[in-house]
Amino acid sequence: MNDSQSSDGSASAREATETACWSCDGTVDVRALFCHTCGKIQPCRPTDHFTRLGLKPQFELDPDELERQYIGFQRRFHPDRFATAPATEKTHSLQHATALNEAYAVLGSSQSRALHLLEVHNPELKNDASTTIDDPELLILVMEMREALASAETAGQIAEVIDAATEAIEECQSGLTKAFAADELDLAQSLAARLSYLDKISDEARLKARSHLN
Amino acid sequence: MTLLDIHEPGETPVPHARDDVAVGIDLGTTNSLVAYSSQTSPEVLRSGRDGASLVPSVVAYLDDARPLVGVDARNQLLENPDRVVSSIKRLMGRGAGDLKTLAGTLPYQIAEDPDGGDGANKSDRMVRLKVAGRTLTPVEISATILDHLRERAEQALGKVVTRAVVTVPAYFDDAARTATRDAARIAGLEVLRLVNEPTAAALAYGLDKKAEGTYAVYDLGGGTFDISILRMHMGVFQVVATGGDAALGGDDFDHVIAEKFLAERKLKHGAESLSSEEVKLALATARLAKECLTDQDSGEWHVEVGGVTTQHVLSQSELEAAIAPLVERTMEICRATLADADVTAKDLAGVVLVGGSTRVPLVRSQVAALFQCEPLSDINPEEVVALGAALQAEALTQGSDMLLLDVTPLSLGIETMGGLIEKVVPRNTAIPVARGQEFTTYQDGQTAMAIHVVQGEREMVDQNRSLARFELTGIPPMVAGAARILVTYSVDADGLLTVSAREETTGTEQEVSVKPSYGIDEDELATMLRDSMVHAREDMTERLLVEARVEAERALLALDSALAVDGDLLEKKERDNIETGVAVVRQAMQGDDRDPINEAVEALDEAVHHFAEQRMDRGIRDALTGVTVDQLDENMKEPT
Repeated sequence: MNDSQSSDGSASAREATETACWSCDGTVDVRALFCHTCGKIQPCRPTDHFTRLGLKPQFELDPDELERQYIGFQRRFHPDRFATAPATEKTHSLQHATALNEAYAVLGSSQSRALHLLEVHNPELKNDASTTIDDPELLILVMEMREALASAETAGQIAEVIDAATEAIEECQSGLTKAFAADELDLAQSLAARLSYLDKISDEARLKARSHLN
Repeated sequence: MTLLDIHEPGETPVPHARDDVAVGIDLGTTNSLVAYSSQTSPEVLRSGRDGASLVPSVVAYLDDARPLVGVDARNQLLENPDRVVSSIKRLMGRGAGDLKTLAGTLPYQIAEDPDGGDGANKSDRMVRLKVAGRTLTPVEISATILDHLRERAEQALGKVVTRAVVTVPAYFDDAARTATRDAARIAGLEVLRLVNEPTAAALAYGLDKKAEGTYAVYDLGGGTFDISILRMHMGVFQVVATGGDAALGGDDFDHVIAEKFLAERKLKHGAESLSSEEVKLALATARLAKECLTDQDSGEWHVEVGGVTTQHVLSQSELEAAIAPLVERTMEICRATLADADVTAKDLAGVVLVGGSTRVPLVRSQVAALFQCEPLSDINPEEVVALGAALQAEALTQGSDMLLLDVTPLSLGIETMGGLIEKVVPRNTAIPVARGQEFTTYQDGQTAMAIHVVQGEREMVDQNRSLARFELTGIPPMVAGAARILVTYSVDADGLLTVSAREETTGTEQEVSVKPSYGIDEDELATMLRDSMVHAREDMTERLLVEARVEAERALLALDSALAVDGDLLEKKERDNIETGVAVVRQAMQGDDRDPINEAVEALDEAVHHFAEQRMDRGIRDALTGVTVDQLDENMKEPT
């Protein structure tokens, strides 16, 4: 749901840059998280997940920095900070904390981060394309990996599938970094679709490895 | 009180007795505790009578008197087994279908469903118990235990307690969590936060023992099992994954032992049918056997059914063989949860033991083997959860830098065509969380849509717990598949769910928002709250008496220390007057009426008035002795 809101959000952000604080009626920047007059928490406004966590909208991401930003924001906004606050502040805090969790989850996986970044670049874009494969090379790769996984019987054979998937995923990720840096969004989109399939196979292989262990 | 208004320089004024405080409560299956923390040093509040920290989670209903709770209630088990209820936590938010029998008999008397509910709904409705002629819900019985804990805290702290952090098993579903919160409301407690038990335990280790790194918390209580994997770093407690079984605990060990004893009887005496009282006693005997075999190799116990007593010998190795499958089940859950967290035992900095059932030697050795390290139990496994809850209560009310990030224990889903489940919020998602899913109509002109909210990991609806059913109406008639209905699941920081649904295409803002119920509707809850208000008035009288006594005691202490320092200021007559006043206060404190106490304290206050003035003069004189004018301003600024 945040996805659809983010496009509206960037549009309205262009229209108005200031608004009135719900508590003291003082002027606050629409991007302000706390009122600079009365210090009260401001409502959670729609924005993209990168902005939410104070990160640059780029594909490359240092996991430690993501963690730091997430924890830093949660320390200020988590409902535990507002346990004894009036209801309005509690509601705002809950919405902020929910949005921060969503942003952390989306940016934490390279696949959903790529899709989100495509959306930030092109808010009209709907990522339905990933439901069908129109890339013949990807089609063959996916089919081969599936067959290998289906016929894998020993732990070693399953591990081979996992390794192959991991290698393809890493290749895909570095491709995405380059594509986004060069602003080649069509390429980025097809790589993101590729990554979705590879992630799925990798998950299935890990699941099989786990049930094999038990 | 005049004397209290004078403080020696640098001395902190005694906090006012009417400040209300927030406590941490561990509402357990077998035992409950209440703890309080100030300046991050938590302490379990003990019984004023015997100093015990554990309150057995047992309630006894004797005639018209107020129900007994704790040891007193448990002592009624032999004489009045039909009036005693224990292990009520296992029934929180549960239906009759979830109950566990012993030899076909339940250790409870179940009240018939007055609505006669059909088979499918019957198990959804929370069970009602018949105890000593009353019909009670598990929520009310739990409220009685919580009320007792609140009273204990008020007596120990001499302050009014209105707010609490209450812990729940991490694996508690939405119904059981809501039921727990409502029980606290009935007991006159505002729940600041519901905290998962293993998370609370981790908090105590993190803040007290300064534990850092990734830890596993293995929590085996009386009725529930939880395993949580947490990352603890610089005051941040981040739950990575959690797993468990809300119906597996030490009680189940008791069941296995009791079944073993009954099977032995059957060989000698043939088939017997047991009353629910006999079941309670057999389970109590089994529990005793289990506890003895913690540090004893073997023992002999007696079981009585239908007036015939039999003897049963049980050794530690026989006990271990009997409970091994149950312990193994917890190990399976641990392995699955480690995999969910994407860690192995080698990645962990340690494993923490929580819950009374971790005293069982087999449990300890299995945990050590699985996690390849000696498990930690530096903080008493039976107290650690309450201590963590108290720390959280302090953090929430006094402010803190600590951050607790928890997850949903079970997946939340929605029923789709053919009884399948579509997961909306997968398990181990960080909370608070809000996730939406779009659905559409499957018939032309369809104007309503039934929404069935379920919780659990299985693929089919009937294998999971049903949380709520509701209908979104007022969908504008359209061809099948044209409507876009957005169903949103929101889970707050207490782990409680709210579901809303909205038709989006036409802009028709038809929105339904439900909080899942667990078989007690708002009307019933309102009645319970009203009833509790009546009791609350009685309780209030008692509370005011306690407060009056505490105030009086404090005044006497202040007077004692004032006399010790400045007693030489007094003339004999004045001293006699004060001593008489003290005697009157002491006598009034023996009584059960608060007015004479307050009057006596006031009279004493009058009697010491002159003395207090003299002390003040001397205090000022002393303060000024040898002080230069420059220093004077400094001295005057001292808070006194």
